[in-house]
Amino acid sequence: MLLIPCPFCGARSESEFIYGGPVRAARPDPNVVSDADWVDYLTVVPNPLGPVQEHWWHARGCGEWLTIWRDTRTHDIVEAPDEIE
Amino acid sequence: MRLSSRLTTGGRINRDRPLRFRFNGKDYQGFDGDTLASALMANGVRVTARSFKYHRPRGIVGHGPEEPATLVQLEGEDAAGNCPATAVLLREGLSARSVNCWPSPGFDLGGVAQVLARFLPAGFYYKTFKWPGWHLFEPSIRKAAGLAPAPAQPPSSGHFEARRAHADVLIAGAGPAGLQAALEAGRAGKRVFLADEGSEAGGSLLNRTLSIGGRPALDWVANAVAELCGMENVTHLQNATVWAYREHNLLMVNERCPEQDSILERSWRVRAGEVVIATGASERAMVFGGNDRPGVMLAASVQAYVNRWGVAPGKRVALFTNNNSAYAVAADLAAAGLIVTAILDSRRHIPQAALDLVPDLPVHPATVAAGIFGHKRVRAVLAAPLSGDLAKWIRCDVLAHSGGWNPTVHLWSQSRSSLRYDEDLAAFLPDSAVQNCRAVGAAAGDLTLDRIVAGGADLPYAIEPLWRVDVPVQRGRAFLDIQNDVLVSDVHLALREGYANIEHVKRYTTGGMGVDQGKTGNINIIGTVAMQQGVPIEQIGTTTFRSPYTPVSFGAIAGLREGTVLLPYRHTPVTQWNVDNGAVMYEAGARWQRPGYFPKPGESLQEAVNRECRAVREAVGVYDGSPLGTFELKGRDVPRFLDFIYSNVMSSLKPGEGRYGLMLSDDGLILDDGVAFRLDDHRWLLSTSTGHADVVNQHMEKLLQTEFADWHAMITTVTSQWNNATICGPHARDVMQALGTDIDLSPQAFPFMSIRDGMVAGFPARVARVSFTGELSYEVNVAPRHLMALWNKVMEAGAPFAILPVGSESNHVLRVEKGFLSLGHEVDGTVDAYDLGMGWVMSKTKPDYLGKRAVMLRRAGGATRRELVGILPQDPNRQIPEGAPLTPAGCKEATEGLVTACVWSVVNQRWVGLALLENGHARQGETAHVRLQDEVIPVSITKPVFHDPDGTRLRS
Repeated sequence: MLLIPCPFCGARSESEFIYGGPVRAARPDPNVVSDADWVDYLTVVPNPLGPVQEHWWHARGCGEWLTIWRDTRTHDIVEAPDEIE
Repeated sequence: MRLSSRLTTGGRINRDRPLRFRFNGKDYQGFDGDTLASALMANGVRVTARSFKYHRPRGIVGHGPEEPATLVQLEGEDAAGNCPATAVLLREGLSARSVNCWPSPGFDLGGVAQVLARFLPAGFYYKTFKWPGWHLFEPSIRKAAGLAPAPAQPPSSGHFEARRAHADVLIAGAGPAGLQAALEAGRAGKRVFLADEGSEAGGSLLNRTLSIGGRPALDWVANAVAELCGMENVTHLQNATVWAYREHNLLMVNERCPEQDSILERSWRVRAGEVVIATGASERAMVFGGNDRPGVMLAASVQAYVNRWGVAPGKRVALFTNNNSAYAVAADLAAAGLIVTAILDSRRHIPQAALDLVPDLPVHPATVAAGIFGHKRVRAVLAAPLSGDLAKWIRCDVLAHSGGWNPTVHLWSQSRSSLRYDEDLAAFLPDSAVQNCRAVGAAAGDLTLDRIVAGGADLPYAIEPLWRVDVPVQRGRAFLDIQNDVLVSDVHLALREGYANIEHVKRYTTGGMGVDQGKTGNINIIGTVAMQQGVPIEQIGTTTFRSPYTPVSFGAIAGLREGTVLLPYRHTPVTQWNVDNGAVMYEAGARWQRPGYFPKPGESLQEAVNRECRAVREAVGVYDGSPLGTFELKGRDVPRFLDFIYSNVMSSLKPGEGRYGLMLSDDGLILDDGVAFRLDDHRWLLSTSTGHADVVNQHMEKLLQTEFADWHAMITTVTSQWNNATICGPHARDVMQALGTDIDLSPQAFPFMSIRDGMVAGFPARVARVSFTGELSYEVNVAPRHLMALWNKVMEAGAPFAILPVGSESNHVLRVEKGFLSLGHEVDGTVDAYDLGMGWVMSKTKPDYLGKRAVMLRRAGGATRRELVGILPQDPNRQIPEGAPLTPAGCKEATEGLVTACVWSVVNQRWVGLALLENGHARQGETAHVRLQDEVIPVSITKPVFHDPDGTRLRS
């Protein structure tokens, strides 16, 4: 069970949160983007072996949607990798 | 009762408190402080089990959680399966039975398997039961191979409990190192959580006769425990196993038989700042022919039975070792009056300090045990000199063996921290920590007391590893894993067949996969593989240590989280009234308890539902619509937000107006249907389906916080702030008038799909004209504290019109008659608005909204769609089961649709239904066929509406 840092409540147990999936690429303009790119946007979800940015909802706490970087190999909550942010 | 093997003095047992217990149907007596294993041994019971695969007779081998041989099933109140006898504390009236033998371990019919043993090599099942399919053989093999069955019933009294704790320091193990760490942290004022699996603190000191500062080591333990007891910042638990080390320093602790009788077990989840692993070390077995015979025991365990429980496992003991620790054992046994017939030591040069401990005992250097004489108990051991000289039999009734010590690195390894192989100790030791933890004492490789506590006196440790005995005169089978009956030859076979990786060897042979998780034998398997492949042992590595460290009952893991405690039911203020008025209550989505129907005495479900439906269609009914999800949205950007999440346009609504809409997810699935009302310029009220309210809330919050963080829109859940009585039927307006309201109820002033605030029956109310029944309806929302009073007034005001309360069964009938959607019935993950005949809800004017592109893309594919239609069974009295498939011409072919609902319509006096059918919209008037197992039912395809198709009644 992870210990997740909430910007308002501090480090709280995972059981207070609801997982919101990995952070995905920005939503393309559906009136411009090609069919293939739109399908990619809908179906291709980041799933790296290593740090991934993901949404968590502090549903049983303050209600904040927050993001963390989690290393999928270790569950460690890590700093944002330099090359991405 | 004769206690044949109990020593006359000594042991940490209370001889004034005898306890009676049963084992395999026979009565015995032990003492307070005994384990089942020590009590059996005191009673001279030597054969206590039969082995898993070959049904060989087995005795007790260890004294703690490492016990590989004797698993018992507890009977009666605290029924449980597969408990090591060494871990079961004796109590009055305990009743236990050996697993895996019938009728008894002494005379086991399954023992015939021994004869077949040479036909049962590693991988036997994989190779033999392949054709035509494993599943054919699985049940009988499981039965023959299984250990204890699960208890038939849950415990009849007491419950499992779960607790959470936070600590600056969690210490696993209350042996000398753990106590020392606890004292240091406790004195520094830290919050300490000290958990130990044993019944009392002291760890290995309980089993030995060591001293600290010239005084008995157990005095030091008693002082430490007393000091910890006086510290308010220290929580000290015994009988509490730290069984898992999870991410972010979360540890699972299973506490057994706490002081309260009402609690069976307590499961702790402890989040710790730092973890100190003081789990000690466990002794490993020697591998030689016949090493599984009853009476072949771990040396430290023999020592423990003598010192801690005052039991002599035998009269004449021979020892077999490759390290120093057995010499302290021999000295203790001799001091307790047992005859030590020989010490066989595989080492050529034995440290003088060890020899000095046993000046009068016969030590045989460079000699190994190569066989055991005796079937159900040891009678002699074959001592084979490594020089090749003549082997000779040495009489003994117990062979105590020690293959060295493994630091208990399970928790360390579970934390993902790394291990290294230490040549001097011939063991895997903690290396570098990944989480904030450290290992101390024997767990860190400090195997003797002098290295742990200042003033502690102990024999220094030294070992020359011997992974298995390999001499020509060896006789009998040599077991690597006693619990799973894995032989040296099985490992050799696995290697020959290409299973070279240690994880593969483990799975192919099942070595180390038993309840004991190979605590005594895994290292020998690794060593055997290394010997066979001619590589150093560190190159082989270990298998993965996984939780639990020892078995944990499912009850303890679940705690109180079962049934309605795990998922409580939700109630509205009318629940009690419903029950008092004869409602049949059950869950109707999202854990809400709702009335299904209100039968009169002697009335069937169908009769009650017909009566309720008739009331709504012909007079007036009332139901409690409180469970519908309700959200209030505020802010200037709410209109464009609603336009984005609903498929139709909401921003054009004027204050007081509402509109039905579909909410899609971006991949085009229908997330919810509901009604949005505009209360004023910047305030909106959303009504969603009951079952999807939480999902919709999450969906909206996520969008607003992550995608549109700069938009001005706030969501407040008001599901439980507004409860309602929904009055529906042709006389609904009459009832409203009788209740008394300041709202103008005329259809011009208060039309369908609008909302008004005002007073109703003296209560502040928000009244919405929505209809889920197809009749004139007023949804009167009031504060929850007013609902019951309002409800009574509604029943009173409605009495002249014969008002009836309406349950969810009738609601279902009424909505099917109107063809209104129900998510989960007509709407699944494949259906879009066009399929439902609701293309009008998909805005053509908005350039973008969630789901638009995906639905367009999917429909552009041109594949055949299943579309919503009404169905009329051609026999009007024929009911069709919901979910029944439709097939082309009723043939035995792939389905072309399914019946989503079928109800008896009181207005049509026949069964009517809804179905999803391929190309259904174009097939109006045709006949489709419901295919049941032995029957085909022809149905006419119609529009999906069977009552008031123009909606004049609901707009009236």
